[in-house]
Amino acid sequence: MTLEPRDCLMQEARSALCPSTCVGFAQTLARHGLRLEREQTHTLQINTGLLCNQACRHCHLEAGPKRTEIMDRETMDQVADYAERGGFQSADVTGGAPEMVPEIDHLLTRLAEAVPRVMLRSNLTAIRDSAREHLGLLCRDLKIVLVCSLPATHASQTDAQRGGGVMDASVRTLQWLNTLGYGQSGTGLELNLVSNPAGAFMPPDQGRTEERFRRDLQRKWGIVFNNLYTFANVPLGRFRTWLEASGNYEQYMTRLTETFNPEAVAGLMCRSLVSVDWKGDLHDCDFHLAKAIPLDGTRRHVATMSGPPLPGTPIATAEYCYACTAGAGFT
Amino acid sequence: MQSYYDPKDLPRFSEIGKDAPELAKKFFEYYGAVMAEGELTVREKSLIALAVAHAVQCPYCIDAYAKECLEQGSNTAEMTEAVHVAAAIRGGASLVHGLQMRNAADKLSL
Repeated sequence: MTLEPRDCLMQEARSALCPSTCVGFAQTLARHGLRLEREQTHTLQINTGLLCNQACRHCHLEAGPKRTEIMDRETMDQVADYAERGGFQSADVTGGAPEMVPEIDHLLTRLAEAVPRVMLRSNLTAIRDSAREHLGLLCRDLKIVLVCSLPATHASQTDAQRGGGVMDASVRTLQWLNTLGYGQSGTGLELNLVSNPAGAFMPPDQGRTEERFRRDLQRKWGIVFNNLYTFANVPLGRFRTWLEASGNYEQYMTRLTETFNPEAVAGLMCRSLVSVDWKGDLHDCDFHLAKAIPLDGTRRHVATMSGPPLPGTPIATAEYCYACTAGAGFT
Repeated sequence: MQSYYDPKDLPRFSEIGKDAPELAKKFFEYYGAVMAEGELTVREKSLIALAVAHAVQCPYCIDAYAKECLEQGSNTAEMTEAVHVAAAIRGGASLVHGLQMRNAADKLSL
C-alpha cells in the first residue's frame, strides 16, 4: 500500500506502531550507511552564557533571569583570537540573551574585526531594554546579522512559548529594527527570523512559513525581514521536562525518529560549525554544549586550539540528534 | 474502561484493509491524493479537514487534524475559527429546515 506523506490518519498509525524510538541515532546512521564527521569547519558559534530575560518553555539550555553563567572579557578575547587565528568565516553569537552579557559590545566589536560575518541571536526583548538600545546601533554600525526568535505571528503561540507580552514587545522591536535599516533592501543589514514550534509537534514547511510570516508581519504591523528558518524543538532541558510532564515525550521522539531524513545528514550544522561555551570550552554544537559533551571526547579550550577541528573528526551523537535530521533538517 | 472510542484504535486504522485489501488500497490512495497539495494548499485542506472532523464528530480525525494543522503552521485562533465554520454550517443546516417546518405548518394551518 502506497501512503502519501500527508495522510494524517496513516501517519498517526505509523507513529504509534513504529519501534524506532528504541533505535539509537548512531544505529540509524549505520543502517543508512552514514557516518557523522566533520567537513570544513567555517562557523564559530559562541554561547555567551545562560543569563536571559526570558525563560522560554522550549529552551534546551534552561536559560533564564536567575542564571549566572556568563562569558567574561578574558574569555571573549580568547574566543575572538581563536576566531581570527582559525580563519573562521562566520561567528554566531548566542546565549541566553547575549545582549545581557556586560561586555557584549567588546565581543561583537572584536569579532567584527576577526571574521567576515557576525551573527547575533536575539530574543527581541533584551535588545530593546532601555539600558541596551545602543546595541542595536552598534550592530547596525558593525553590519552584524540579526537572527531573531519569533515562533509565530499570533500572540497565543508566541506568548505560550516565550512568556506573556513577548509578542507585543517583539513586534515593537522588529519595527524599531526596520527603522534602523534592518530587513530593508539595499541597506546590507540582514534581519532573519527563527521559528520553533510552540509545542510537541513538527515545524511547518520553511518556505511556505516564510511566505506566511512575510505576508502577516507586513499586513499587521508593516514589518519586513530577510529570511525565516523553521527548526524542530530539541528534546533537552526545559522542553524535555515539559514533554515528560505533559505525557508527550514518547510520541514526540517517535515523530522525530520516523521523520529521520538521511539526506539531511550531509547538511547538518555540526559538520561545519563548532560551538564554544562561556568558559571557552569547545563542543560539536549548542545541544552537546547543553549536555556538557566535549568536542571529540576531550575538554578543549579555545586558547589551546591552533585552528578549527579537522575534516574527518568524528561528531558525537545522542538521542536528541534526531531533532536535527527530522524532515528538511536543522542546518 | 469500556468505550466505543479508543485512541489506541487510531494506530490500527490500516487494519481496515483486512479482508478487503483492494478496497482499502483504493481508499488510501484516494485519501492521499485528496489531501496532497493541489489548488488548495495542504494547510488549507488541513483546516477544512479539521472543520469537517467536527461536523462529523470523529474523535480520531479531530486528534489527527489538530496536530496536522499545527504542523502546517496554523495557530489555535485559526483552528478555532475553522470549528466555528463547521458549527455555523451545522447550525444553519438545522435552522434552514425551519422553512420546511413552516411550509408544512402553513399548509395545515388556517
